[in-house]
Amino acid sequence: MAQYCLRRLLIGLGMLAALSVLVFVLLRLTPGDPIDAYINPAVAISPGEMAKLRSELGLDQPLPVQYLAWLRAAARGDFGFSLQHNGERVLPLVAGRIGPTLLLMGSGLAIAIVVGIATGVIGAVRRNSATDVGLSVAAFLGISSPPFLTALVGLYVFSVLLRWAPSGGMLTPGATFSMLDLVKHLVLPALLLSIGHAALIMRYMRASLLEVLNQDYVRTARAKGVPEFWVIAKHALRNALLPVVTLIGSTIGIAVGGAIFIESVFNWPGMGLLLVNAVETRDYPVIMSATLIIGACVILVNLITDITYAAIDPRIQVA
Amino acid sequence: MMSLALSRRNGPLARALQRFMMNGAALAGSAILISMLILVATYPAFVQHRPNDIDLLALNKGASATHWFGTDGVGRDVLARILQGGRVSLMVASISVAISTVIGFLVGALAAMGGRTADAVVMRFVDLAMTLPPVIFLLVLASIIGAGIPQTVLVIALLSWPVLARMVRARLLELRERDFVVASRGMGAGIGHLLWRHGLPNTTDILLVHITLQVANAILLEAGLSFLGLGVPPPEASWGNMLNAARSTVVLEQYAWQWLLPGAALVLTVLAINFIGDGLRDAFDPRSTLN
Repeated sequence: MAQYCLRRLLIGLGMLAALSVLVFVLLRLTPGDPIDAYINPAVAISPGEMAKLRSELGLDQPLPVQYLAWLRAAARGDFGFSLQHNGERVLPLVAGRIGPTLLLMGSGLAIAIVVGIATGVIGAVRRNSATDVGLSVAAFLGISSPPFLTALVGLYVFSVLLRWAPSGGMLTPGATFSMLDLVKHLVLPALLLSIGHAALIMRYMRASLLEVLNQDYVRTARAKGVPEFWVIAKHALRNALLPVVTLIGSTIGIAVGGAIFIESVFNWPGMGLLLVNAVETRDYPVIMSATLIIGACVILVNLITDITYAAIDPRIQVA
Repeated sequence: MMSLALSRRNGPLARALQRFMMNGAALAGSAILISMLILVATYPAFVQHRPNDIDLLALNKGASATHWFGTDGVGRDVLARILQGGRVSLMVASISVAISTVIGFLVGALAAMGGRTADAVVMRFVDLAMTLPPVIFLLVLASIIGAGIPQTVLVIALLSWPVLARMVRARLLELRERDFVVASRGMGAGIGHLLWRHGLPNTTDILLVHITLQVANAILLEAGLSFLGLGVPPPEASWGNMLNAARSTVVLEQYAWQWLLPGAALVLTVLAINFIGDGLRDAFDPRSTLN
């Protein structure tokens, strides 16, 4: 177990290193010379002064050296300055967005897990019934609709037509903070974010439970006279859940993508909205640090899922 | 009994087709997709407006006898734009999937046939590409390359191959040890011959399922990019950039047909393709039976 965790940790670190190289390379591929950010366009500058500035900033060094310098700065939390927000430092700009995104994604994921597993179990137990077919079609619909479209339809139906929910933002502007206000703003985007993920989990859960229900030990349990409820809840479900746990971990990346669109439709002040705005204004320092931070979080979540998986499933230790 | 005898005589492809024809959802999906393709291909024959024609007397008008699906903010016919947008969206999706399928197959083949070092390096890279949130890299790449149809195709193609590469590698690793491949190598077959004569025919099922499901996925990616203004640039219509109009509150609230209808066309098409892809996967699965 310890060896497995260590190996997994090393792979995680390797991925993190690869991610940082990738972001650095992409950063250098962006249009424009990095030196432009340091020059006041209103002041004339001679080529000699330009070269001096270049060597002071280390931009004349070979790329690997520049990469290490960039990595050292990034590790200290120095991601440079935003091009768009009046040259504000990137780190506080990004850090302030992590909380709202975690809140939105956490609630969305929690809803998706509960709904997905519950409907998946119902679908498998009532296999081929009208309920099952209905749920499967709904799941297909959920997978086939892009998140921003579900978000738009949800916004249109619940905020514009029914006026049940506020039309965006995280808090009512100008009002004093209250939990109720936050929850009111959170419910609709979190529900809409969960749809695609719940559909995915449901399909996986259904298939996995159906496979387990065909196993010999399930027949044995039934033959022993175990009530059907306990056969499902205790014997079958525990084994069927294992692959679903991995699925949840490995689809975090997709959920992050969905969150970006939901945030931009609902004006939710999270990382996604920051990233979309930065992309629209080509604010590369913000784009790259947001990518680095989101990527690092996804790698971390995957690591945690894998280790949790090993903890739940005793068979992993042997392998 | 009849059909069993028949299926014995036919090859695996014919059997898969037989299973596919018995899958109601997959057939419905095929019917929807084929109708959509016909509509998109032939629309100039029955829609009297061109997608970029401006009718200044009908700005933001709802459905009428002249404009069946209404008009948008500058008086363009929504139906004509949906069908032209369908052309663009389906074309972007198909080309990008074709490119990503070639990349995925070749990378998978490199990992399977290129020795242990190549395998390890390639598979770690695939792991990385699969872990990272695709939409984020889509945004980052698009922000570097810029908007435009070829750029959109490229960005989507560059992000869609890792899953295929992994599946192709697994299949080829297994295939490499089979007797007929070993015999073929013994007789001096080169890598090109092995991949073309043995690798490709024996990965047909993987490739077909990947292509189908990935077309659906690529349509969604294109729509997402264009929705954010990074994909297909106006005035060219695409399902994604028609949905972009809904980012304006006025359009969202008062001219719902301008974004609901292209959205419906998009979801219907993607749903149909997903049904077909799911049907193909079941049809090729040796564990599933004819009944």
